[in-house]
Amino acid sequence: MYPRPFEYVRAGSVEEALDLKSKTGGRFIAGGHSLLPMMKIRVTSPETLVDIGRLDDLRGISANGGFTIGALTTHSMVASEGGNGFPAALKEAAGMIGDPQVRNRGTVGGNVAHADPASDLPTVFAALGATMTATSKGGTRDIGAADFFTGLFESALNDDELLTAIEVGSEGGGRGSAYAKLFNPASRYAVAGACAVVDLDGDGTCTSCTVAVGGLTPKATVLGSLASAVVGSRITEATAEAAGQAARAEVGDDVMGDVYAGVEYRRDMLGVFVARALTAAASRAV
Amino acid sequence: MKVSMTVNGREVTGTVEPRTLLVDFVRNNLGLTGTNVGCDTSQCGACTVHMDGMAVKSCTVLAVQADGSTVTTIEGLASDGQLHPMQQAFWDAHGLQCGFCTPGMVMASVKLADGNPAITDAEVRHGLEGNFCRCTGYGNIVEAVKQGAAAMVGGES
Amino acid sequence: MTRYLGTSVKRVEDPRFLRGLGKYVANLTLPNMAYAAVKRSPLAHAKIRGIDTTRAKALDGVIAVFTGEDLLEGTGGFKCGSLPCGFQVPNLNMPPHNPLAVDKVRHVGDGIAVVVAESPYIAEDALDLIEVDLDPLPAVVDARGAMADGAPLVHDSAEQNLAFHWPLGDEEAVNEALSKSDHVVELEFINQRLIANAMEPRAAAAEWDPATESLTVWTTSQNPHTIRLLLGAFTLGIPEHKIRVISPDVGGGFGSKIFHYPEEVIVPFAARAVGRPVKWVATRSESYVTDAQGRDHVTKAKLGVNNDGTMTALHVTTWANMGAYLSTFGPLIPTALYITLFSGVYKTPVIFGEAYGTFTHTVPVDAYRGAGRPEASYLVETMVDLAARKLGMDPVELRRKNLIPTDAFPYQTPVALMYDSGNYQALFEKIEELSGYESLRKEQEAARAEGRLVGVGFASCIEASGPAPSAVAVGLGAAIGLFESGAIRVHPTGKVTVLTGSHSHGQGHETTFAQIVADQFGIDIADVDIVHGDTGRVQYGIGTYGSRSAAIGGSALVKSAEKIREKLKQIAAHQLEASVEDMVYDQDEGTISVAGSPDMVKTFAELAFASVLANNLPEGMEPGLEESSFYDPANFTFPASAHVAKVEIDPKTGEVDLQSYAAVDDVGNVINPMIVEGQILGGIVQGVGQALWENGIYDEDGQLLSGSMLSYAMPRADGFPSIALDRIETPSPHNPLGVKGAGEMGTIAATAAVSSAVLDALAPLGVRHLNMPLTAEKIHQAIAAAGNGGGE
Repeated sequence: MYPRPFEYVRAGSVEEALDLKSKTGGRFIAGGHSLLPMMKIRVTSPETLVDIGRLDDLRGISANGGFTIGALTTHSMVASEGGNGFPAALKEAAGMIGDPQVRNRGTVGGNVAHADPASDLPTVFAALGATMTATSKGGTRDIGAADFFTGLFESALNDDELLTAIEVGSEGGGRGSAYAKLFNPASRYAVAGACAVVDLDGDGTCTSCTVAVGGLTPKATVLGSLASAVVGSRITEATAEAAGQAARAEVGDDVMGDVYAGVEYRRDMLGVFVARALTAAASRAV
Repeated sequence: MKVSMTVNGREVTGTVEPRTLLVDFVRNNLGLTGTNVGCDTSQCGACTVHMDGMAVKSCTVLAVQADGSTVTTIEGLASDGQLHPMQQAFWDAHGLQCGFCTPGMVMASVKLADGNPAITDAEVRHGLEGNFCRCTGYGNIVEAVKQGAAAMVGGES
Repeated sequence: MTRYLGTSVKRVEDPRFLRGLGKYVANLTLPNMAYAAVKRSPLAHAKIRGIDTTRAKALDGVIAVFTGEDLLEGTGGFKCGSLPCGFQVPNLNMPPHNPLAVDKVRHVGDGIAVVVAESPYIAEDALDLIEVDLDPLPAVVDARGAMADGAPLVHDSAEQNLAFHWPLGDEEAVNEALSKSDHVVELEFINQRLIANAMEPRAAAAEWDPATESLTVWTTSQNPHTIRLLLGAFTLGIPEHKIRVISPDVGGGFGSKIFHYPEEVIVPFAARAVGRPVKWVATRSESYVTDAQGRDHVTKAKLGVNNDGTMTALHVTTWANMGAYLSTFGPLIPTALYITLFSGVYKTPVIFGEAYGTFTHTVPVDAYRGAGRPEASYLVETMVDLAARKLGMDPVELRRKNLIPTDAFPYQTPVALMYDSGNYQALFEKIEELSGYESLRKEQEAARAEGRLVGVGFASCIEASGPAPSAVAVGLGAAIGLFESGAIRVHPTGKVTVLTGSHSHGQGHETTFAQIVADQFGIDIADVDIVHGDTGRVQYGIGTYGSRSAAIGGSALVKSAEKIREKLKQIAAHQLEASVEDMVYDQDEGTISVAGSPDMVKTFAELAFASVLANNLPEGMEPGLEESSFYDPANFTFPASAHVAKVEIDPKTGEVDLQSYAAVDDVGNVINPMIVEGQILGGIVQGVGQALWENGIYDEDGQLLSGSMLSYAMPRADGFPSIALDRIETPSPHNPLGVKGAGEMGTIAATAAVSSAVLDALAPLGVRHLNMPLTAEKIHQAIAAAGNGGGE
């Protein structure tokens, strides 16, 4: 399986990358771990690849109250990030992507821009309320994660934009997060994935709660109905279960099945993994 | 396009189509056929090499992306005719049968074990999630990686 | 010098693999080589209305494009024939199987045209430019459904899509025994389709030499001589002695590389037609739709059992999916390698089994590790578990009640086979100890009291390995005898080259065969080289499958060594002026001396040199030291095993956690314990793969839905605990090494053991049976149904 022929150009700067893209009508490639597999089976055949893999300024994680994650940061880097207050859910989700070799090449930006519903990071960024920074020749634009994922393999990025960074808040001070998923035993993608971010007050009462789900929905989706099941209570097994039930109800029929797992099962698993993510998030909210 | 890289300590250059996969560059242009291709969906790990110090699947990297990089393939692991401790451990522990997954398995294991001489069974089993073996049932591979990890201390990785 | 047999000699083949120096077919490069790619059908069943190769031929770098008709018409008096089936059961319907489809395609992946180009990249580009006009036709994929009225026919010549019907046993006696039994347990179930997934995708390369009018074919085959025979006699029509087939290092087979495949015909055809060496390497995606697949049975079974636990009779009907064409050994698998195993390790007095082999619009089905025997053991063990549950007996106790007693060997089963030897009571004692069976049951009891779903599975299995006495094999339908050859060539300096008809593709023959030969002569193992996999170097041989190499290939080597030892004794006797009867071969030292006179001694190397110095040999003796043997076994060998698995099921997700696994196997004498344990371990993991994850799923249109490693769940390292192994050794009485097959036993037992454990975990919920693979979803549904008062 080989890609169809294409032209290849390498960008030395974000500006040049944007120029090359507009001149060639090509596609950006960073790690290539979303794009190349699709090109090898020839479902995608760009005429030009604009390689942004050498834009080292876009690689790395910096703390600034929250955290700015450069688009070229690899999953491995995220999974081993040791920064104080770095969202635990993000770290653990990055460690669940593919396998070590894939995580060494795959980038956060590429993953997110690919907007694969079975991927893990979109779910986490949605729950964290991350902000995506899109850069075009006209400047930069911030897009909230909730608006960024617009559909199956679709994002709010325009053709003339490059996703350059993702910002997330820090946790601690009563906030905790967790990601939990049921692995497809073949692909390792999420059969159902859930990310929970919770704030607890001094006596363990939940003061805010955001849960996003993915894997089974066409895009990473924040479930709005869960807060009422949880906020104002301690997160016990019972409240987590209730939140799981609420999650099942809220996704309703908006669930995709496949040969490994049918719609019913995926929805049931969503309930289970929402509960697990909530429980884990609460245990980290210190 | 012209690409240059350091492969197994040697400067190499070649002219390739942009679509040439790194694995095909090392196999066909350089004649280093130790790196095998076992799948076409980036799953099996048979094609694992080290690129700039990291284990990567060379079937999912373009040769042009590796331009300027330092690459080590299975052929570059032994030095001065001596098997690398991980190769030796795979031999000692019967961690291979047909040998086809072995180069990728060994390359992945070297990185997995690096700096973790007391690596546990669970760490090895989880850490090899990107490498399939159809022959051994993995048990002896786990044993080999643990032995190799211990033997790598102080040596080259 | 120490003896090598029975010791874990490190594998001599390993350094080349560890250094990346394995010689796989895909690594072969020849001057001026061209590259082939095959255009394949995207539909399971369609009429070919037209194939337009114009644009493909016009692409820069394309050398030629051939269609199925081109292959039949041929070029320069050279044309391709239909791929034959090598196992012809009575009344077999054998439709033609052209190397590239003509008129119709019959499964997704059926070849339509071949491109030869300057690079594999260009060849693939050209595939995009071949325009195939297909008229879609309805498909049938289900083994039993294929026989239904109105089902689409795969071949017009095969009514009801029936390839064969194969009954064995006394059905009347079985029915009578069932009617008199206290209980009859019945079950209808599926043994799902599997895909072998050897890590090395298949490959073929060929070079035609116009000077000698001869052909060399490199192929990923477990049996290169068989491929040469079929190429010569059927598919290429080039005289057999003008064909050399080389199977160099082969990256795993598991059965899938036994068979004669279309590409082994297409590639040589193309090489001769374009006058250049041509190589084809399958992509993994191609492997999924072209490598012969495994299992795929629908079965109805009835087991009679009395209140005291005695098994009285077994009645089985199986519909076995053959796929779209009969693969080389296809009909053998669900017949002589399946129904004959229904006695298991038990003394069930009467048994009847029958198989309907049916054509469907799917990839051909043939041997996959175990090949019929895992299907049989899964069937027998599942039925035994059901009987135990019905009677409220411990499943091990019920099994023990029915074991063939140790003093009953050789044991004639009601289904044709005569078991050579066994000690099943000892096997049971050892596995109960190794697994801690009693304490596992106690743990289970405690866990169940807490509402946890913990299961303990047990499987005790038989295998007929080492096929087969040629008279038996041919009597059953084999088109060739199934002996094996082994030649030993002693060089003047006492170094030894061994030429075996067996083929190693992971089994470690280069080590175990060297152990055998080194011990025969009392020489250093480093002085013995094993050559295999090349018809240009090795005498006619049969190849490796059915766990046959040690028992048959190894025995052939012993026979040759005995001939050489005899000759050496004669030379020694002559030179030491003693009588041959007084000569003693010391296999520890590699010397021959006169009995009672240890100083009158010759070494192996001295005598080897004497044989070529040839100036002082016994009257009439030919110089040189080389012998060959063709060993035809007297019987199959019958390894046995008992495995125990413990699982816990996550009640919320249905996921199975395999927590412990213990296996005791009896594969007779063991040549190299390390290698045997490696074979058992690998086999177990493949068997667990079938029980829990692997599934070749076709939709009703014949599309393979699990056609890549993204959707076909391969066992990974993290799915397994550390596996405990032990063995007993009951030698086979009829081969000189006393060995039995070791390559498949793990798989044969593990599928049954793990399925048994999962069903045992679910039993308190009233779940009676679930078909494999036991996926999380399936189990979750069963748990939910039980919670709703359902169960199954």
